[in-house]
Amino acid sequence: MATLVQEVDILRKIPLFSGIDPVKLKLLAFASERVEYDTGQNLFRQGEVGDAAYVIVHGVADIIVETKDGEIPVAEFKDNAFVGEIAILCDVPRTATVRAKTKLVVLKIKKEHFLGLINDFPELGIEVMRELASRLSNTTNELSETRRELEQSKSK
Amino acid sequence: MEPNLLTYIWKNSKKEQTVALLIILASMPTYFLSLELPKQIVNGPIQGVGFDNPGDIATFMRITLPLPDFLYSGEPIVLFSGVDFERVGYLMALSISFLILVSANGIFKLIVNTFKGRMGERVLRRLRFQLFDRVLRFPLSRFRRTKASEVSSMIKDEVEPMGQFIGDAFAMPLFEGGQAATALIFIFLQDVYLGVLTIVMVSFQAWLIPRLRKPIIKLSKQRQVAARTLSGRLGEIVEGISDMHVNDTSNYERSNISSILNRLFFIRFELFKRNFSIKFLNNFLLQFLQFLFYALGGYFAIRGTLDIGQLVAVIAAFKDLPGPIRGLINWDQKRTLVEARYSQIVEQFASDSLLEPEKQTTTVEKVGKITKGFSISNLGVVDDTGSTLLERTSVEIGVNENVAVVGPVNAGATHFSQVLSRVILPTSGRVELDDTPLEDLPEYFTGRRVAFIDGNSYFPQGTILESLTYVLKHQPIIERMREGKAKTAHEDFLNEARLTRNSELDFDAEWIDYENIGIQDQDKLISRIREILVLIDLEEDIRGLGIRGSLDPKIYPEMCEQILQARQIFRSRLKVLGFDSFVEPFDPEKYNDQSTLGENLLFGTATTPSFQSDNLASNTLIREMLRKQGLEQSLFEMGKEVASTTVELFGDLSANNPFFDQLNYMQADDLPEYRAALARIGEGSLDGATKEDQELVLRLPFAYTETKNRLGLLNDELKDKIIETRKILRSALSELEHPPVAFFDPDHYNPAATVIDNILLGRVASNVAEGPERVFQAITDLMDELHLTDEIFRIGLDFNVGTGGKRLSESIRQKLHLARSLLKQPDILIINQALNTLDAKGQKKLLEAVLDKSRDSSHPFGIIWVPMNPALSQVFDRVLLFKDGELVADDTPAKLVNENELYKSLLAN
Repeated sequence: MATLVQEVDILRKIPLFSGIDPVKLKLLAFASERVEYDTGQNLFRQGEVGDAAYVIVHGVADIIVETKDGEIPVAEFKDNAFVGEIAILCDVPRTATVRAKTKLVVLKIKKEHFLGLINDFPELGIEVMRELASRLSNTTNELSETRRELEQSKSK
Repeated sequence: MEPNLLTYIWKNSKKEQTVALLIILASMPTYFLSLELPKQIVNGPIQGVGFDNPGDIATFMRITLPLPDFLYSGEPIVLFSGVDFERVGYLMALSISFLILVSANGIFKLIVNTFKGRMGERVLRRLRFQLFDRVLRFPLSRFRRTKASEVSSMIKDEVEPMGQFIGDAFAMPLFEGGQAATALIFIFLQDVYLGVLTIVMVSFQAWLIPRLRKPIIKLSKQRQVAARTLSGRLGEIVEGISDMHVNDTSNYERSNISSILNRLFFIRFELFKRNFSIKFLNNFLLQFLQFLFYALGGYFAIRGTLDIGQLVAVIAAFKDLPGPIRGLINWDQKRTLVEARYSQIVEQFASDSLLEPEKQTTTVEKVGKITKGFSISNLGVVDDTGSTLLERTSVEIGVNENVAVVGPVNAGATHFSQVLSRVILPTSGRVELDDTPLEDLPEYFTGRRVAFIDGNSYFPQGTILESLTYVLKHQPIIERMREGKAKTAHEDFLNEARLTRNSELDFDAEWIDYENIGIQDQDKLISRIREILVLIDLEEDIRGLGIRGSLDPKIYPEMCEQILQARQIFRSRLKVLGFDSFVEPFDPEKYNDQSTLGENLLFGTATTPSFQSDNLASNTLIREMLRKQGLEQSLFEMGKEVASTTVELFGDLSANNPFFDQLNYMQADDLPEYRAALARIGEGSLDGATKEDQELVLRLPFAYTETKNRLGLLNDELKDKIIETRKILRSALSELEHPPVAFFDPDHYNPAATVIDNILLGRVASNVAEGPERVFQAITDLMDELHLTDEIFRIGLDFNVGTGGKRLSESIRQKLHLARSLLKQPDILIINQALNTLDAKGQKKLLEAVLDKSRDSSHPFGIIWVPMNPALSQVFDRVLLFKDGELVADDTPAKLVNENELYKSLLAN
């Protein structure tokens, strides 16, 4: 039987939460729901308004982009992956569909719980900000890299 | 109705009033004898008057005519010469006859009171029924100004005091008046002056008191109106309770009721004051008269004009006077009060446009069908504010036509449909149905042959089936067979109903006229209803209610059996369905991981509060059981663990943090209490803690679910112990006369649970995506497969709609109104902007279904429909277009759409 302690361990492996005090993580784990999905069930669909993020405890999930021509799987997520986290930080529609590829066990973290935690412990917000900033810097780097490559290939 | 209460009472109970009077008269001799005897017992055998020598005898049962001393003081007139007794025997004989007389007296009193009481109740019943009957015959327009709760307050409460008065209405004044008159005559005979004096004083009283009472009558009318206003306002506030909440007007309402209560208080207080002053004045006047007797009479006696013997006799006679006079005054006071009430009520129920009773009678003949239809000429309607709703409207509508009536808002389409259905009355012109003016047709014709629905979605409390069949209950069809006691009770009912002119129709008879709608019995009725509900897309909703409804094993034993079978099949298929990982059936031998520990222990649903899960920790029986099983200490430790973890996790959170929603075993406000309790208990054991702390801590494990709370506190050893305790608890509780728990039992139907819970008899894990939905679908499919849908539908029909039908959504209620108007199989169906809670697509779908049905050759019927959306009129054969209260076009929609600008613009919107 899975207990909070194990779940806290899983949460700690997620970069966004890595800097958070274990007691707070335990609280987050306590408040989050452990949900099981059968193969083929959707966690959420592209375009929906998101209200929760998911941590994959075990199993594999497909990330699928729905286009006019049909569904295109773009990636796979495995254990300890954090899915749909953008939705709990800001109000944007889901950018992709996430579907269980195998039997899937996830921790469902509701937006209001996550924000409530930050509300009561502002230092958490700083941790999250730090993590997001480092992601942004990575993405910016990658973007300029890609741009440069694009320029180079154009000029050829 | 008679404007005067006494006339009303006399008219409705003269025979009984006379009998009551005769019984009272017949009881008089025994009454006087029983007053006379004690004197004889004391004087005779006890004091020994006439028993001076041993061996003396006395005569018993020598009966003389009982006349008051002041009427006759000569030798007693002997009626029976009697039997001789010696002293002790005489005492016994007298005492025993005293006992007999007193008993006879009591019995007379009992008879008189019972008789008067019954008489009063009968007149009261008749009055109430008469008032109610008038309510049923009032013109509909009247109810725009009448509050429902005021009507009920008038019929129920305001007439109540009359019941007590009715029995005394005539007997009392005659009896008391007779006594007073006798005494007066005697005074007259003794001395004319004193007689005149008495007459003058009494007349003065009789003149003065009614004058003093006038303001009392006025006040009591005011009290009645104020009390009625109170109940009217209370009714209104309860009906509009949500308005009060959403607008924060609770204090406005409080102040409103407070002001009404204040008015009521001062009216009542004023009444008291005046009543007591009148009482004082009355007593004073009587005593003043006595003063005059002593002073004047004495003066005359001293002067020698009146001899002393006469004066003593007059004063003795006068002593008999105040009682009856006071009685008369009291009676008159009561009379004025109830008279005031009565006239107030009669005023309220007066109406010159009551429907004639013949229009509402039952009929033995079969009601014929409508053959021609409506013929309207020069119809005009003006409302009570004087504005014109309809004018110069002439049109013919055949019986099987389908007609849409449209127009801009308030152009007359709605009112036109209301006139045809008799909801509003025409002010001018003629509306005929089958060549008879509509107002001359009895309700038993229009009520059965014409159906009308509008946006109204009200249903009285009852089952869905009752709500649907209401429209078929015009008169009793099949008498109910009664045997033995029930038969005599029914005969009593009929007898009393006849005596009080109440309705003699049997409420418990079969009222549904199956034959009239072409079916034979209830089974056919159910399938007819089902067809209709399928047609209007409501059948599935009803089955949904059925599967979530409960059923009584006593009424449906077979169905319960089938549901038990369904349970076994469902359980055997859990694996095939892939539900085995998240559906956990209740098994008496296993710990159910999806349930709380308390539920696992109790293993059933509590039927008394003390066994509900919140109260298990303070339930002495449970605690004792836990202690015996050695569980109490370990549960206490577990509770401490839960408490300390929770305090650690949640302690620093603000109380409105959404995390607290996840805390199912504790409230945010409880945290400080638990923190304090933990500090007090420390490392201590159960026995060291106070009773309050013990209960506080033990409450936690009972609400704990491992799969949900995941604190890792349950091990197999503990689970086994709980199962063991569960069994012992069960056998102990089962022995009780009324077991406080309905146990989960795989082999029995649980009447306290719903159908779906009975099939499931277990828990669905909350942590599986769409788990409950999948289970519901699987169980619905299983019902189909086992051919139980009929039964489920039947259970759904037994769903209680709640007051006003509020347990159903408004759209379902509106659809039910449509369903029952179709069930009636009318010749003409009038629909006025009904179904407005449905979306455009839903309205169109229903309209098409109903139109389709109306063209069914076996039962064709006409439709006059005022659609919410004018565009819907295009599917009708004919369209009546109203503008400013006048019919401006009457044609096929195809033509109108080409030629009529107004119609075009209506469709465009």
